[in-house]
Amino acid sequence: MHLALVHTRYQLLEIVRIPVAIFGSAFFPAAAMLFFVVPFAGKDPVGATYATASMVTFSVMSANIFQYGIGVAEDRDQPWNPYTRTLPAGSAPRFAGRVLAGLVITYVSLIPVVVISATLTAARITPAAFLLAAVTVAVVSVPFTLMGLAIGYSLPSKAAIVVAQLVFFPLAFGGGLLSAPDEAPGFIEAVAPYLPTRGAVELMWAAVGDYPVRPLSLAMLGVWVVVMAGLAGWAYRRDEGRRFS
Amino acid sequence: MILARAVQASRRYGDVLALDRVDLDVRAGELVGLLGPNGAGKSTLMNLLVGLRRPTSGRVELFDGDPRDPASRRQVGVTPQETGLPGTLRVGEVVDFVAAHYPDPVPRGELLDRFGLSDQVRRQTGGLSGGQRRRLAVALAFVGRPRLVLLDEPTTGLDVEARHTLWDAVRAFHADGGTVLLSSHYLEEVEALAHRVVVIGQGRVLADDTVDAVRAVVGVRRVSLVADDLPELPGVVRTERVDGRVHLLTTDADQLVRELVTAGVAFTDLEVRPTSLEEAFLAITAEEQPGGGTPAARQGDGPPDAGSRPSGPGDRPTTAAAGGRPATA
Repeated sequence: MHLALVHTRYQLLEIVRIPVAIFGSAFFPAAAMLFFVVPFAGKDPVGATYATASMVTFSVMSANIFQYGIGVAEDRDQPWNPYTRTLPAGSAPRFAGRVLAGLVITYVSLIPVVVISATLTAARITPAAFLLAAVTVAVVSVPFTLMGLAIGYSLPSKAAIVVAQLVFFPLAFGGGLLSAPDEAPGFIEAVAPYLPTRGAVELMWAAVGDYPVRPLSLAMLGVWVVVMAGLAGWAYRRDEGRRFS
Repeated sequence: MILARAVQASRRYGDVLALDRVDLDVRAGELVGLLGPNGAGKSTLMNLLVGLRRPTSGRVELFDGDPRDPASRRQVGVTPQETGLPGTLRVGEVVDFVAAHYPDPVPRGELLDRFGLSDQVRRQTGGLSGGQRRRLAVALAFVGRPRLVLLDEPTTGLDVEARHTLWDAVRAFHADGGTVLLSSHYLEEVEALAHRVVVIGQGRVLADDTVDAVRAVVGVRRVSLVADDLPELPGVVRTERVDGRVHLLTTDADQLVRELVTAGVAFTDLEVRPTSLEEAFLAITAEEQPGGGTPAARQGDGPPDAGSRPSGPGDRPTTAAAGGRPATA
């Protein structure tokens, strides 16, 4: 546990020294808040709260896909990474450190969205719901963390950047994150339940309001978690086999 | 006590056999140089010994355990061959990070002082010069007060002064009872530090002997000339005929030329060149060339068994390189 925290600390140090990396994952949801949510749903307390939850989900997704997808792929290019494997610790502390650091960065990247929502919109939330939403963030980051790890461990860094960018926008749009709950265009309503973003955002909506989570979305989210965990595990072992066996 | 051991260890990357049934024992208190040209398999052997890779066949041991088990690596320090330090971290932070993995690390100031990096403690590693980065990478091997350090080409890219600073640090560690396995493609470096040399070429152990014995082999020269017939010549390690020229590899070029002259050989176009380390070892151990057909040329042989060869002082060094076969020239 001590070593996991040591690894967390140094991963965070590395990230903080290049702060633009954090701005990157915080920028798009914050910009979407300013350009779409504030002018169109800003005055409606319920609509603004749901829209904020959507943008938080968006932020969680992009932060995790990018930091794991690109971060892991870049680390694999660095000779420092195999060197750390010669230290007398297994791979667990480094992995745990990466996930803990990832969670910290995820929460940090949510700050602009939450601040914009609190100051420029009519969104409101009870302290209990806020705490519940904060816990939900950690839960819904699981499928996207696994997705990022699958990308990072299976692709070289240049390809990982492209794939992460290709993946995140259709997931956001297709999952209905850019529309109010159940008011998305018809084709999106049709595909949304099968995307991990939908189950994630429904959980967030349920945390901040009284949105009834649909079983299909939740079941598909579970399927995504299992599939992504399998893919990430496969890519990790394959990477070990190729480079470290 | 044997701290690191490879037993018939082979490692294959796809079609390439990087290590071919290598046997190696590193005993406590030894300072062993691993010498060989680029691509010979030195780094692969190092990677097997520190658990970064698994042997395709055979086995490796570190402190009597599996190197892939973190507990086996507690008393081991490693310097990676490539200098890949996280560029945004400061020198002190990198040292602290590595130190956190060991129960009783060397204090940061003391370690940096030993490697002449005290003034750099606050600098980000990305801003260090190549030589400073290399020194830091070597210093990291010593953070955890290891009993065994594996240094993979530690002085590559260093200037003479920095190299000597590093050598002093390695010598001091060894003088305190530490065990060192150090790879290099500089004979000079191995001569300066090691007592025992293991020469690796094409994935095999070509020689495992004292520095003196190996130096004599590496001191082979190539005498090449154009001549039709040659008498039996003493001191010729290997003879090749390529494009009408005869190449004689010899440990004593002066004596060979004298012999050629006194024997009245009708030769033209005489050249005497030093051989590179690579050339010397590979030429001596290579399989017979087409058209070679000389008494000194040998058929391709099995795995060299240099480790078990008694290495008395009277032994001809060339036999070491040839895997224990008698030199017939």
